[in-house]
Amino acid sequence: MGMTQILFWLLSVLALISAILVVVSKNPVHSVLWLILVFFAISGHYILLNAQFLAIVNLIVYAGAIMVLFLFVFMLMNLNADTETQKNKWLKIAGVVAGGSLLLVLVAALKNADLKNQLADMNNGSIGLIHNLGLVLFNEYAVPFELSSVLFLSAMVGVVVIGKKE
Amino acid sequence: MNSINLVWLVPVLPLAGFLINGLFRNSMSKSFSGIIGSLTILAAFVLSLLIFGQVRQEGFRPVVVTLFDFISAGKLQIPFAFQVDQLSSLFLLIITGVGFLIHVYSTSYMKEEEGPHFARYFAYLNLFVFFMLLLVLGANYVILFIGWEGVGLCSYLLIGYWFKNMDYGNAAKKAFIMNRIGDLGFLIAIFVLINQFGSVSFGEIFPAATHTPIPVLTAITLLLFVGATGKSAQIPLYTWLPDAMAGPTPVSALIHAATMVTAGIYMIARSNILYTLTPVTGTVVAVIGLATALLAATIALKQNDIKKVLAYSTVSQLGYMFLGLGVGAYTGAVFHVMTHAFFKALLFLGAGSVISAMHHEQDIRKMGGLKKHMPITHLTFLIGCIAIAGIPPFSGFFSKDEILAGAFAKSPVYYIIGVFTALLTAFYMFRLYATTFLGKFRGTDDKAHHLHESPAAVTFPLIVLALLAAGAGFLGIPEVFAKDAHWLEHFLSPVFEASTQLQATGGQPFDKGMELALMGVSVAVALIGTIWAVTKFSRKPELEEATGFGKVLANKWYVDEFYNAVIVRPLDLLSKFFGFIEKYVIDWIVNGIGRLVQYGSRQIRLLQSGQVGAYVLLMVVGILVLFLVQLFVKK
Amino acid sequence: MPINYYLFLSIALFCIGVAGVLTRRNAIIIFMCIELMLNSVNLLLVAFSKMHQHALGVVNANAGIDGQIFVFFIMVVAAAEVSVGLAIIVMMYRNTHSTDVNFLNRLKH
Repeated sequence: MGMTQILFWLLSVLALISAILVVVSKNPVHSVLWLILVFFAISGHYILLNAQFLAIVNLIVYAGAIMVLFLFVFMLMNLNADTETQKNKWLKIAGVVAGGSLLLVLVAALKNADLKNQLADMNNGSIGLIHNLGLVLFNEYAVPFELSSVLFLSAMVGVVVIGKKE
Repeated sequence: MNSINLVWLVPVLPLAGFLINGLFRNSMSKSFSGIIGSLTILAAFVLSLLIFGQVRQEGFRPVVVTLFDFISAGKLQIPFAFQVDQLSSLFLLIITGVGFLIHVYSTSYMKEEEGPHFARYFAYLNLFVFFMLLLVLGANYVILFIGWEGVGLCSYLLIGYWFKNMDYGNAAKKAFIMNRIGDLGFLIAIFVLINQFGSVSFGEIFPAATHTPIPVLTAITLLLFVGATGKSAQIPLYTWLPDAMAGPTPVSALIHAATMVTAGIYMIARSNILYTLTPVTGTVVAVIGLATALLAATIALKQNDIKKVLAYSTVSQLGYMFLGLGVGAYTGAVFHVMTHAFFKALLFLGAGSVISAMHHEQDIRKMGGLKKHMPITHLTFLIGCIAIAGIPPFSGFFSKDEILAGAFAKSPVYYIIGVFTALLTAFYMFRLYATTFLGKFRGTDDKAHHLHESPAAVTFPLIVLALLAAGAGFLGIPEVFAKDAHWLEHFLSPVFEASTQLQATGGQPFDKGMELALMGVSVAVALIGTIWAVTKFSRKPELEEATGFGKVLANKWYVDEFYNAVIVRPLDLLSKFFGFIEKYVIDWIVNGIGRLVQYGSRQIRLLQSGQVGAYVLLMVVGILVLFLVQLFVKK
Repeated sequence: MPINYYLFLSIALFCIGVAGVLTRRNAIIIFMCIELMLNSVNLLLVAFSKMHQHALGVVNANAGIDGQIFVFFIMVVAAAEVSVGLAIIVMMYRNTHSTDVNFLNRLKH
């Protein structure tokens, strides 16, 4: 097994365990921390796939901005383990079962998909590089790019409006 | 000018009269309504005369005037067509002619009614004439049936004309329901006709009848006859006619004497080839006709209401007509229809004149001696009685005799019973005459002061009808008196041609002597009955209640009570039973479904907990199901 | 690396996210599980883009780059969505002093 493979499995296991811990943790702040770990693992996967730009952006935007935002909110509300209320036991089981069934169904559906022999390129490939990405982004996808700025504007306006103290 | 092409106008004119009188009845004066009502019939009569003039030319072939396609379903074509031939043009004249006289009479008889009701009467009467004309003009059984049903409807409307009286309403319902029972037979006959011949038109059925299996024809003719028993008041569906006397007297004259009740006769005369081919049905028709004639005559012997006597007399005479049809004497039956229309309408109108002079008293025991107060009514009534008794040279003799001769040719038993019934006829009619007009007046003094002859609008139709009742017999002078003098037989021969040919191969002709002897017997019998009745009742009228066998007759042989017990009560119980089922079983089920839905919805409502978490769970489950179905079930 | 491995990894992460949404009652935790789901999809998209590049890379130098651009935009949208969502949750907290989802059962009526 090459280095790549070991890294792949390691990162996968890390991601899965962290995800489960996110869901299971009683303390919400712990959940946030585990989620950040998930993001790191996924960024690791991106680097393996040579999607450099996305790896960095993932870290900056998700782990950096979004998770910090979550932590702000948590601190604002002063939430910790003893304020967490418990859901109805049956609903919890139902939820887990539903999620598990979804997993099973999707896996079963896709295991016979005709993609077995496709490989994902790792460690090489130029499409992940910032240079190429930027060129394509500003040439072909210029309009969506501009629209996304409008989206941010509207989001900011929305947040301010919602957050106003009447 | 080909007036036959305008034949559609003949029924349309009374229809227009109906619409005008019906729609504008609140704003027309009484005289205007009466004029509109009568004029339309007069115009129709004139047109019928023109048509008759064309039809009676030598060698006239039936003409079918098609107005429009009525029903067109696959291979079945039923056009709205009129057939103008000798039979229909004769009936046209009778209906419009007698109808016109009765309309004129009604303008005086009904004058006590208020404006809108007066107009309503004329509207109904015109509508009736429209339907009756449709009946006799129809070129196929369906148009005939439309007219058939229509006259039944108008009969109901007119019998129950004074609708505020519940008894009259019940009489109207009885008439309509009994008619409908007969109509079911008629309808089934039409279905069998369509099944067998693929058509209902006369022109297509009658030529093909000779090639049809006899059992099918027997079924058709029997079913048609069932319809006729309902409409023309034969056993077992005759009990509505005496009750129908609840309607105004001119209505009784027009509908229940001259026209509607003869619809059955017309229908069978029109289908004569079918009946000639099925001797079994012929026997049934003759026997029932004869039995009805006898039964009704016995009941009439003991009735004390002037109109009821005439009603039973009508039933009896209709029985004679069916006897004629059953033995194959088609011309005789149609001849009797004509003469009966004249003298029976005359008798009813005369009775109406008496009733209105007596301020609506109808019991003959309270009358008497009206001869000197109402001379014209008396004379015309007498002429009518002589005619119906069958005394020559008035018309009843010729037509009744032709039927009896035909009956004798089939079987002497028919003849003997027929002659006995003729005796009874003469007897009860002259009992009626003597009790009403002869002797002393037995009513109150108050009424005696008001007795006077009726106005001209009443006496004029009486006189015309009396002349017709007296002289119409000469249209049908039998062979025995003069060769080829039977104008009616000659006129109607194309209609009955096929039947006559078939019959000619059968029986034997009788000799002149025999025929004269038969005639002599019937005249003698009629005279005996007449003189006996007149002498008995002019001296001592029958005033006391009937006893013994007479009581049975006076109570109409308890037939109504029998029907009530055997048919009406069980049906009532059956409907109560079904009502019970409806209420407790069916309603319970239906309401139960409602309760079930409510319960179910209450349970399902709990799903709407308002909790977002539950909704998301359901969403995921839904997606799961979709995936499962899409990926695994639909391969 | 066969694409299947990425596929199953992504599916597993997604389903864990779904289970988290259904199981937890705290609104913010639910939000976080949604982010987890989004990320699993991102991973899968990138994997597919690399797969396309492997298959068509010789022909077209930029084969499969669309997948990564798509991921970029998903991140954009996720960021906007998080800001708005958290604003709503803060509002909710201000009104009811709780982040329990079950309190929000106004839809019942």
